[in-house]
Amino acid sequence: MDTIGDGSISMKNGASQNSKRDRKRGKILIVGSPNVGKSVVFNNLTGAYATVSNYPGTTVEISKGTGKIDNTDYEVFDCPGMYSLLPITEEERVSQKMILNEKTDVILHVTDAKNIERMLPFTFQLIEAGLPVILVLNIMDEAEKLGIDIDSKKLEAELGIPVVPAISVTKHGMKHLRNVIAHYLPAKPYLVTYDGIVEEAVARMQELLKGGYPVSKRAVALLLLQNDSETRKIVESKESDIEGIRSIIRELAGKVRYSVNYSLSVRRHQVATAIGKRFLTHSGVAAEKSFREILSRITMNPWTGFPILLLILYFGLYKFVGGIGAGVIVDFLENTIFEKYVTPHVTNFVEALVPWPVLRSLFVGEYGIITLGIRYAVAIILPIVGTFFIVFAIIEDSGYLPRLSMLMDRLFKKIGLSGRAVIPMVLGLGCDTMAIMVTRTLATKRERIIATLLLSLAIPCSAQIGVIMSLFGEENSTGLLIWAAIITAIFLLVGYLVSKVLPGDEPVFFMEVPPLRMPKLSNVIIKTYTRMEWYFMEVCPLFILASVLIWLGQITGIFETVVSLFVYPVRLLDMPDKSAVAFFFGFFRRDYGAAGLYDLKKAGLLNGNQILVACVTLTLFLPCIAQFIMNIKERGWKTGVGISIFVLVFSFGAGYAVNTILLVCGIQL
Amino acid sequence: MTSNKAEEILETLWITLEEKKKSSVVAADIGLTAEDTSLPELISSKLVTVAPDLKIVLTENGRKYGRSIVRRHRLAERLLEDVLDVKGDILNKKACEFEHILHQGIDDKICALLGHPKLCPHGHEIPSGECCEKKSLHLKIVSPLSGLTPGQSGKIAYVHSKDDEKIQKIIAIGGFPGTKITLLQSFPSFLFKIGNSEFAVDESIAEDIFVRLDDEENKNGQSAVSRKNAYRVIFCTLWFG
Repeated sequence: MDTIGDGSISMKNGASQNSKRDRKRGKILIVGSPNVGKSVVFNNLTGAYATVSNYPGTTVEISKGTGKIDNTDYEVFDCPGMYSLLPITEEERVSQKMILNEKTDVILHVTDAKNIERMLPFTFQLIEAGLPVILVLNIMDEAEKLGIDIDSKKLEAELGIPVVPAISVTKHGMKHLRNVIAHYLPAKPYLVTYDGIVEEAVARMQELLKGGYPVSKRAVALLLLQNDSETRKIVESKESDIEGIRSIIRELAGKVRYSVNYSLSVRRHQVATAIGKRFLTHSGVAAEKSFREILSRITMNPWTGFPILLLILYFGLYKFVGGIGAGVIVDFLENTIFEKYVTPHVTNFVEALVPWPVLRSLFVGEYGIITLGIRYAVAIILPIVGTFFIVFAIIEDSGYLPRLSMLMDRLFKKIGLSGRAVIPMVLGLGCDTMAIMVTRTLATKRERIIATLLLSLAIPCSAQIGVIMSLFGEENSTGLLIWAAIITAIFLLVGYLVSKVLPGDEPVFFMEVPPLRMPKLSNVIIKTYTRMEWYFMEVCPLFILASVLIWLGQITGIFETVVSLFVYPVRLLDMPDKSAVAFFFGFFRRDYGAAGLYDLKKAGLLNGNQILVACVTLTLFLPCIAQFIMNIKERGWKTGVGISIFVLVFSFGAGYAVNTILLVCGIQL
Repeated sequence: MTSNKAEEILETLWITLEEKKKSSVVAADIGLTAEDTSLPELISSKLVTVAPDLKIVLTENGRKYGRSIVRRHRLAERLLEDVLDVKGDILNKKACEFEHILHQGIDDKICALLGHPKLCPHGHEIPSGECCEKKSLHLKIVSPLSGLTPGQSGKIAYVHSKDDEKIQKIIAIGGFPGTKITLLQSFPSFLFKIGNSEFAVDESIAEDIFVRLDDEENKNGQSAVSRKNAYRVIFCTLWFG
């Protein structure tokens, strides 16, 4: 009775553990398919904020938070979405490791109630592993709208685990859930039985498994038979009779009709369907074609979908981010707030306070912390990034992104990517560093490398786009169009060539398309705010640091030397010597570099051709030092540095080529 | 006309020599006795020759014929399992009888009916016929998802893929035999409804999910096939050169 074996904790033990919990911390793990509301449940339990989206793959890392239930402190972990215990992508692998290795008090399997039959197989796998599962039937409102009624009490009795219906966005069912978590007592849960040959193999395998495992041996055996690489690695490090284990795997693989994985999944699906038949009733509400569905269709029909995409780009990016963000707001902050108020006042203040001119210039000089660093960050970059994140949050919350993926898959295949890569690419238009993190949702290493390269090279971030738009200004829209055409061509060409060179299979595309939803204002605000905060925290210190470094460099004379070195490549591009500073800083942040160009243009030092050449070169540059670090972190030293060097050489080469072509053709913009 | 018994022998020979790539076969290997008349029959039909060391060798014609028998057998299995719902031991036995009927182009018709399947229910490759290249569409009963017309629906008959990762994705989608599936759109990607969810997949996955079509949709769907193909050609030219 007292042994804690294979997850079937006895009543007595459960109770004693419960009383101990008052003092110690408990652990809650949240798992489930993408887009079922795991993050909302997480937010409800912790009061913390995890980004919630209407597209799969937002949670690329495990979010951790703390919450209190009945005087017990809990650590809550929100895992990236996964469809079954066998992972497809890197971020699912993270979830799998968490589930298999972390000792938790409860695991919440959050499901979409209207698709419960499709989600139950994963519940079975968790039960098989001997884990303390609670099944959360989330989004009950949508199920009800479809006329689906689930008898959760009977389902609970059948499965032998707590089943909690919920609508997490309205907090419905959350109180019940807390209660169930606090008083969790595992009973004897339902186990799926497989075909005779499988069960026989499992039994033989269990005999051979002598080591200790955090999950049940039945689950370990089943994962092994399904050829799960992670489990195989762990088992081979612990067991002696590896040959015996391998021969059981081989034998079974030869006996089943499909792959073992599929055969077992078919069986779990059968059981789920049978259970669904018993506890689900469909009152058969006729599914009429709602406006929402019609709208959904036209975003995905290529005839209407591509024009809609262009409209979104035109109004969202060009008009809103370019016009309002980079135009009106930057203008106001820069020319009114900073030029009229902040700069003169701060200058007077510093001059009155600090007697030494050298120290004064640290704050208010040509490259001063306030007159340059903070001004760039607050007056130029932040409004642009902020307006972009507003647009992105609206698009994201509506569920448009998976539709865009569906639309673009065929085109993206030509550059070695699947439609799934659309999401990091669009996010990259906001911030490439964030986007590189999201490439984890791509299934193969090949795709991740191509996506990282293209993000580093040819996807300008919103700060850059904004500055570039204002650099060209209203009067030079031809230049802007040429710039856009050059960057698009480079994006496609480099992608195409790399996909030809890089070995590996073509990516396979699949993506769940969630219903279109009206974006929620609160979601949009919170998302924009969190992203802007993240961005500002990332940018501001770097900008201030840059001011300090230049100041130090100026005092010591190093600055002059380095800039004078940069004069040569800059002259090669026919740029004024002064722009060497902008290029030099482009290495740290290309938006900072671009903002520097903005100052030069205001001073009337750049002509049309020079603006185009400078913009092309700086766009292709590595976005910032943060992305350089992220490239290395996500792709490893060799690939990360390799990509960065390639990008550097390529960007200067492209700038040179553009300038030469303009000269040879005698074009003056 | 070759006798059924001789066809069986030829079938076994083809599988052993051509598919399993065994280097040589003698009569005893495939259970032939001296009084058996099948081997002489095959020799006189110039389908096999017997070398001085008693090894049996397939002639060019024998190879073609053997391949066609294997094709017919495996198509018969698919037909029996997918359409007539025959399962288990009797599947193989009945398929052995069926294969001898599917002569003179009937095999191609069955093949089209089944959506040009690539593997038999046991996972062995079905030798392709001319019809597979042409992807000829007669009245379909089973078709890969990629061959459906938007609006058509049916139940998943089986999934064909030897690629583990693809299978894993199909599992994630919930693509299991017996599940109802409706194709909503076929370009630029395949969009379909399964259960209460919608998924988008590319052609490589859509080709691997075989669907037994619902009856009524089946009739309406046929006329739309050519229209769909016309759309596709237009789109491909417009967007992707």
